[in-house]
Amino acid sequence: MRAVVTVIGKDMVGILSKVAGACADCNANVIEVTQSVLQDLFAMIMLVDISELRLPFDQFAAKIDGIGQGMGLSTHVMHEDIFNSMHRI
Amino acid sequence: MPVLDTKDILETIQMIQHDCLDVRTTTMGISLLDCATDDMDRTCQKVYDKVCRLAQNLVKTGEEIERQYGIPIINKRISVTPIAMIAGPSGGDPVKLALALQRAADVLGVNFIGGYSALVQKGFSPGDLALIRSIPEALAATENICASVNVGSTKAGINMDAVALMGRIVRECSEKTADRDCIAAAKLVVLCNAPEDNPFMAGAFHGPGEPDCEINVGVSGPGVVRAVLAKNPDATISELADLIKRTAFKITRMGQLVGTEASRRLGVPFGIVDLSLAPTPAIGDSVARILEEMGLERCGACGTTACLALLNDAVKKGGVMASSRVGGLSGAFIPVSEDEGMIAAASSGALSIEKLEAMTAVCSVGLDMIVLPGDTTAEVIAALIADEAAIGMVNSKTTAVRVIPAIGKKDGETLEFGGLLGSGPVMKISRFSPAKFIQRGGQIPAPMQSLKN
Repeated sequence: MRAVVTVIGKDMVGILSKVAGACADCNANVIEVTQSVLQDLFAMIMLVDISELRLPFDQFAAKIDGIGQGMGLSTHVMHEDIFNSMHRI
Repeated sequence: MPVLDTKDILETIQMIQHDCLDVRTTTMGISLLDCATDDMDRTCQKVYDKVCRLAQNLVKTGEEIERQYGIPIINKRISVTPIAMIAGPSGGDPVKLALALQRAADVLGVNFIGGYSALVQKGFSPGDLALIRSIPEALAATENICASVNVGSTKAGINMDAVALMGRIVRECSEKTADRDCIAAAKLVVLCNAPEDNPFMAGAFHGPGEPDCEINVGVSGPGVVRAVLAKNPDATISELADLIKRTAFKITRMGQLVGTEASRRLGVPFGIVDLSLAPTPAIGDSVARILEEMGLERCGACGTTACLALLNDAVKKGGVMASSRVGGLSGAFIPVSEDEGMIAAASSGALSIEKLEAMTAVCSVGLDMIVLPGDTTAEVIAALIADEAAIGMVNSKTTAVRVIPAIGKKDGETLEFGGLLGSGPVMKISRFSPAKFIQRGGQIPAPMQSLKN
């Protein structure tokens, strides 16, 4: 089982580190990271393995959301099935 | 497994965050046929117990799925066997069953239970008559119960006695709740060719041919379709149809995923996905604005019916490919009070009831959430129902009438229902009398279209 974590907002020091740290705390293995900075807008998409999560999925999502809110970023944690079902035949 | 595309991920998030994409409803259909006894109080208890037992985890499961996939599921609802079928054998006052269902709705936290219904396209049983006559009282005494009556079908024709009766019942519903913006009439719909697995209110009921319990899902997404069209201002009509199909596919796949997951978690069979574009009063979630995006100055202008026909067909074509089980109403909804663009079009005089009637010939459902002048007679309402049922009967499609006579109000005034029901301006309706036609009674025979065997 994998989830997609997206983080969008103003670029600043330590975004990737904080989100990746939270994933490690929850035992979510980061599989892939794509990130881009356009002028000062930061966009990161992270694919994480959630099959060995230490806590329920919604608490993991709430934790990531908490980091986003603390830094004024917009974050989303969504199960990958939603993207697979909407964009693949 | 292929790696996900960044563009696809951002598109999905954009759809949910900015374009109001959501699953409009997960509706649990529950059969109450095994709850009928020969004593009304005992029947009520069995109904309450069964609904509470089967749906105890409906709201919780819906919320869990919302969190897991990041998709808003706006409503968790229940549809039940047409109550006339169990009120008949039980005898006594059917309103008691409405109150029992209301108690269940309160305990479960669902926002509507549909199925205070009767199917009378070819005639009334004593239970049907008792239920229909009790509708105004039942809807006035409850908050979250919806009623529907099927008065016609392509196979049976139109029961004109039922049509005449429903004209009076709709008025009575409004009169009984005149102090609450006539809300009871907004919870009552009169149908022709009613589907038995529709998850959308107010016409949802769980038909006798359905299993004991199932999960049906209604998707939404007018905002997403409008946004896609807005990004392609120079597309030809053929290209528009293709864009809508692609978008409908994505929306429906989301509904299919939610339905499959809800069915698995609740341990009940997955019924259908209803491929409807269901608007809300929120800005950006309007079917009327899609039609305007296609190139109309205002919804209601000449060309509206053609645009809607294109939209409705493309939504179905995209949706059918995306789901293994399609059913319900499946098409674009055109309620007035529940659609910000329709409200604006009606208020500015661009959209008339006559134009809406034409539009109902090419899309799902019918004259929906239309506020009529308070002095509209029962005969005029009945004749409006007859017109709409005739369109459904001849075209082998579902049509419906949910109109609200605004007691004490006239053209230019407004009713405020609040929430998803929105608010609607009083619309003009023909004042010439159809009373003689309505008073004749009898049955409009089934049309030639019924003779397919």
